[in-house]
Amino acid sequence: MTTDFTAETVHDLPPADLVLEDRVAGRMYTDPEIFEQEMTKVFESTWVWVAHESELPKAGSFKSTYVGRQPVIVTRDRKGNIHTMVNRCRHRGASLCEQRSGHANGFTCPYHAWSYGLDGQLRGIPYPEGYEGVMDKSGLGLKKLRTESYGGMVFATNALDIEPLEDFLGDVKLWIDRFMAQGGGYPIKVIGTHQFKFKGNWKIQLENTTDGYHFPIVHRSWMASVDAETAEMMSFMTDPTAVTHDLGNGHSVMQMVPEHSDLETDDGSEPLQPRFDPLVADLRERGVEEAEIRRLVRAVHGTGFNLNLFPNVSMSISFLRVLRPISVNETYVEHVALGPDGPAEIVDPVNRERLRAHEHFQGPFGFGTPDDSEGWDRVQRGAQGAPEMPIMVNRGLGREKPSDQGWPTSHVTDETGMRAAYQQWKQMMSDD
Amino acid sequence: MTETVAVTMPAPVLSVADPRVVRAIELVWREAAVLDAKDYETWQALYSDDAVYVIPIDRDAESFDDILNMVYDDARMRRLRVARMTEGFAIAAVDAATTVRTVSRFVPAAVSDEEVSLRAAQVLVAYKRGSHDLWAGEVDHVIRLGATPEEDRIVRKVVRLVDADDAVPAAGFLL
Repeated sequence: MTTDFTAETVHDLPPADLVLEDRVAGRMYTDPEIFEQEMTKVFESTWVWVAHESELPKAGSFKSTYVGRQPVIVTRDRKGNIHTMVNRCRHRGASLCEQRSGHANGFTCPYHAWSYGLDGQLRGIPYPEGYEGVMDKSGLGLKKLRTESYGGMVFATNALDIEPLEDFLGDVKLWIDRFMAQGGGYPIKVIGTHQFKFKGNWKIQLENTTDGYHFPIVHRSWMASVDAETAEMMSFMTDPTAVTHDLGNGHSVMQMVPEHSDLETDDGSEPLQPRFDPLVADLRERGVEEAEIRRLVRAVHGTGFNLNLFPNVSMSISFLRVLRPISVNETYVEHVALGPDGPAEIVDPVNRERLRAHEHFQGPFGFGTPDDSEGWDRVQRGAQGAPEMPIMVNRGLGREKPSDQGWPTSHVTDETGMRAAYQQWKQMMSDD
Repeated sequence: MTETVAVTMPAPVLSVADPRVVRAIELVWREAAVLDAKDYETWQALYSDDAVYVIPIDRDAESFDDILNMVYDDARMRRLRVARMTEGFAIAAVDAATTVRTVSRFVPAAVSDEEVSLRAAQVLVAYKRGSHDLWAGEVDHVIRLGATPEEDRIVRKVVRLVDADDAVPAAGFLL
């Protein structure tokens, strides 16, 4: 049984004991040793999001990214299979690929020209006679991670023996299906990526995507800059139907605009927002049918929820928010813009609208992100003080009840999603 | 009488000493000072109504409609942005870094009596709470010359950061 942490014990307790039902210790944000343990016990031990399938459109497409701190290359091979490999030559450890994305037949190390196929197999070694009787090149392919996808979301793990991705996602799958419906009848593709960094622990960002409580306060400046309909749509603070569900395994979904949770359900009563009038007119001129226009334009805002997947990706309304831990007090974040993938004459104007909306809030100069980042920097700085004092995640504990589906549920401004993530963290960080 | 010989003159090299270029550079420097002073209302007035202010992610981009940018502001978005930076609700702007920037290495790209296009280097240091962030990039300006220097206006500014496609800090100021 876990007891409360005090000034005397907080520095000595094992990490798992720093998470209680309603609070966590600030030391979880500030202790470099805990961070080191997280890299193996969390990021190398579970499914980590690495790509959206649209980023690997054809054979030879690749993307370089990270799983925790480990650099990896994600590729699509000639058979269409997706692979994730550590971006490190088997010879002397040089990185093989320093391009963010592109198209290649394979990867050749710039140092001694060892070359590898798209599936990571070692293809060639120059002057191989030096290895005669020393080693056999079979089995010297790149170190591979296990790679699985659901709904276009590609995940990889170093833990070869953990449960299949679909089991890890569980009830999340329904919400991924709903999220992808914002293609308005088309599949979803990545249309651009913002990147920024902040001086704080990765868990502060993890919490934020399920923090409805901060929205009207931190984002007052954004709210003041959008049209009345959008501001009204995001006014969920006192809406009792706006709820957060704990979906298990650290995942949660925060429904800010419940009427947009399932975009496929549309009784036609909701008018399209006047700000989209020029887009509607443009699509009409292009000969797009009224029903399709409505489906596409209604989805421009995205879905009505943030789906938070432990530990590194949130499917946030209309985009993906991906976190990458750098050190105990530094985190990189990507804001991946998404849009429908269809005929250019139909989707291009829709995606232009989506790009502008994404720029308005997201990224290092958006009207939302810099204010979030300031809040997170403050948490990191403040959490250095009085380490025995808890970070409170108790909001709504008294009104949390199971939903009809059995998901622990409370109001969207409550901290149900954070409690879910921290219970998963506690379990993964425990030595049991 | 000597015969007239046709001589092909080399295209004149555009000079930063050209009085029209000097006027454009003066406006660019005025803009830099105004931005470091965070005098955003004055900054906004330096732009024409049809101007665009862009910080792209793709450093090579020349058109920005169909790609994601960090900033892609027309007059309406600049107005909203200036309101955000000045109204006191945006915590990033309220506690923004102190900045100092230099704009130099001007290369005139096109010069006429109506318009001057310049490419320059901009190096900005932003200081906040014990850290200095370095923001370096190419900056392109197109300046429309008015009847008097006071009427000169920026019609296009594109800031191409050296690390535009990498993670940069979230900013409470403008480049």
